[in-house]
Amino acid sequence: MKTLKKSFTVGLSSLTVFAVILSGCGGGKAQSDGAANPSASTANPSAAAGGTSNKMEGGTVRVAMSTEPDNLDPYLSAATDTNAMMDNVFDGLFEVGEAGTLTPAIAESYEVSEDGLKYTFHLRQEVKFHDGSDLTSADVHSSYAKLAGLDGKEPLSSKFSAVQSVETPDEYTVVVTLKTVDAAFLSANIAAIVPENYEQQSTKPIGAGPFKFTEYQSGQKLVLEKNEQFYDKDRAPVLDRVEFQFMPDQNSAVLALQSGNIDMVPGVSAQGAAQLGDTFNLVTGPQNMVQLMALNNTVAPLDNEKVRQAINYTIDKDVIIQTVAEGQGTKLGSNMSPAMAMFYQEGLENYYTPDLEKAKKLLSEAGYAQGFDLAITVPSNYQMHVDTAQVIAEQLKPIGIQVSIKQIEWSSWLENVYGNGEYEATIIGLTGKIDPNEVLGRYESTYKKNFYHYKNNAYDALLKQARTEMNEEKRSKLYKEAQKMLTEQAVAVYIMDPSRTTAMAGNLEGFKIYPVQKFDFAEMYYTQK
Amino acid sequence: MNIKSFTKSKPLVAGAFLVAILLLFMLVGLFYTPYEPNAMNTGMRLAQPQADYWWGTDNFGRDILSRIMEGAQTAFLVGFTSVSIGLFFGVLIGAIAGYFGGWLDEIIMRVMDAMLAFPGILLAIMLVSVFGPGLKNTIISLGIMGIPSFSRIARSGFMQYKQFDFVKASIAKGAGALRIIFNHILPNMVSPLIVAASLNFSGSILAEAGLSYLGLGVQPPDPSWGRMLNEAQPFIMSAPWYVTITGVVITLMVLGFNLLGDGIRDLYDKKS
Repeated sequence: MKTLKKSFTVGLSSLTVFAVILSGCGGGKAQSDGAANPSASTANPSAAAGGTSNKMEGGTVRVAMSTEPDNLDPYLSAATDTNAMMDNVFDGLFEVGEAGTLTPAIAESYEVSEDGLKYTFHLRQEVKFHDGSDLTSADVHSSYAKLAGLDGKEPLSSKFSAVQSVETPDEYTVVVTLKTVDAAFLSANIAAIVPENYEQQSTKPIGAGPFKFTEYQSGQKLVLEKNEQFYDKDRAPVLDRVEFQFMPDQNSAVLALQSGNIDMVPGVSAQGAAQLGDTFNLVTGPQNMVQLMALNNTVAPLDNEKVRQAINYTIDKDVIIQTVAEGQGTKLGSNMSPAMAMFYQEGLENYYTPDLEKAKKLLSEAGYAQGFDLAITVPSNYQMHVDTAQVIAEQLKPIGIQVSIKQIEWSSWLENVYGNGEYEATIIGLTGKIDPNEVLGRYESTYKKNFYHYKNNAYDALLKQARTEMNEEKRSKLYKEAQKMLTEQAVAVYIMDPSRTTAMAGNLEGFKIYPVQKFDFAEMYYTQK
Repeated sequence: MNIKSFTKSKPLVAGAFLVAILLLFMLVGLFYTPYEPNAMNTGMRLAQPQADYWWGTDNFGRDILSRIMEGAQTAFLVGFTSVSIGLFFGVLIGAIAGYFGGWLDEIIMRVMDAMLAFPGILLAIMLVSVFGPGLKNTIISLGIMGIPSFSRIARSGFMQYKQFDFVKASIAKGAGALRIIFNHILPNMVSPLIVAASLNFSGSILAEAGLSYLGLGVQPPDPSWGRMLNEAQPFIMSAPWYVTITGVVITLMVLGFNLLGDGIRDLYDKKS
């Protein structure tokens, strides 16, 4: 009997140890949530403290990052975080501006031929790569050849699929000819320009951006240093050094910021922001994400438009924003965030105001007066989506829809739900793109990962027309039309664009929010305390 | 075993007391909870303990007391059913191995050893990932997890009692194997099995909390203590009562069953 007791004590204490380890993992999980679904309680977009007058030269910014880079080569990397870090090393012909517009970078100016097929870019002179060599049209040519697959290899970017040829009439002129008119092509020109015949981008990346790559220690840090020879004096960096330190646990990142060992934490949770308080500089803003409950448009009873509308009339998005995002989110009505100012159709967020009577009526018209069972599949690693599912489950009860929540792993979500479209309803956040075609093109019936199984010829025609429309105004009108169509047919329940909060030391200024995940360290500086 | 010897054992009294309170808590919860456990009052998020909400509310504005009560049902259900599964199959397997011995014993016990080689909760996590998450699969997994330990206890008991004269006598009288196993030996095994079951009970509840904490056990929105602990964690600074109450309840439950098990064992040890 004595040995029995011992084995149980050992078992129990190992459980305790396990529980301790669990809390460790829990922190890590919370961190990844934070990175994908941030929310915050205090907004302080341009801190009142410190005017430009006491701007300091130099300094080091230590940034806590939750994930390691997947590949330092900008053409081989797919992770958003990696892109955000390495964007400081690379410049493209254009850079993304604050409102999602394109601002000229390496290209000084450009012209488009009348038929919309020929783009002529005039490059700035005296642009140098970090290794000291000149950036000329030959480098743009070789970069675009790789991206478009003109070098006979696999194309590295689908955004360049319309490119037929790239010519270089002189050292500072590049002419790109397209196979078909593609209004989305211009925004593809934010792609990094890399030196011709340089094969070590994955280990020692070289670009022409405001910061130089210095070193990367796996599991520890990635260091960038100021590029003294940066071509654009207006955008010249002030900071000397940027250190990205990898901290998978968000709680410890917040503690490190508090104790002064870290200067910046992107994507802190509302709880973390509350813990930090007023002495820190917190910047909160929309992140151009669309959080939605996708409905499988081919599964009964969701194939009935009236059922989908009834669901839309039942769900109260304001409550969801209050509950799962601490109020830090922008209500949406269609698959577009207001961060995309030029293409965003206003007013749709109130198209379905919560109205239970109307919802019940629509359900009985559809023949489901008694309601039905609905399975909502959610990726278990995103606490925000799981929480949203819980709120929706409660909200759908009064009209007789009994929700069961199925949590699945991220990898199986990607495979079964996103890849194969096997689900009834799912909650997910679609990350922002700067071109509306990439956002709304997800609903085209020909799109490979149209996991809504939405099929509407009128919609397809609309998007096709928008893709070849070169007039920005007409183009934006077509995309607004497309958004309306999605809302009216209730293809999904569009919930919100959850805000993202970046926490910084109180004297670190100049952080700007972009519609894509981007940290522009060239704009940032310290102020004298 | 009389009342006096019962009250003499302090762990037994304390354990029985704790278990009785939690059992009462669970039984009341079957018929009455102050609020519907899943109902959200989003105007009252993370409310402090107060007259309307004795134990406060969680991040959805759900009443924590009601959810703990509902969660107690889950905990007892998981504990009871998974221990029953483990006990039933464990004793059956252990009895066969212990009574018949020989190569059958070797094969069975080596399989059990292989199962014991995994830490219990890892085995449960593996089984849940094979069967899929959910309450039913959690119970089955935890049941399977309990089989090896019960079978070991049963086997050693059977090997011991097999040598006793009263067993030999009934064999001589021509009793069959089933009769000897169930009528003669098993009644003698009751006390060690009860001790093991009560200790296993708390282990199962803790394992369920662990699995639910990881999102593998009870699925939202239904309450489970483990998932509540997970959900409370981000609010440890802003709503410390949420994580404290949930953690304390889990601790009391586990402590109660451990003390009860220890107490019962002491009681039987003294008797023998």
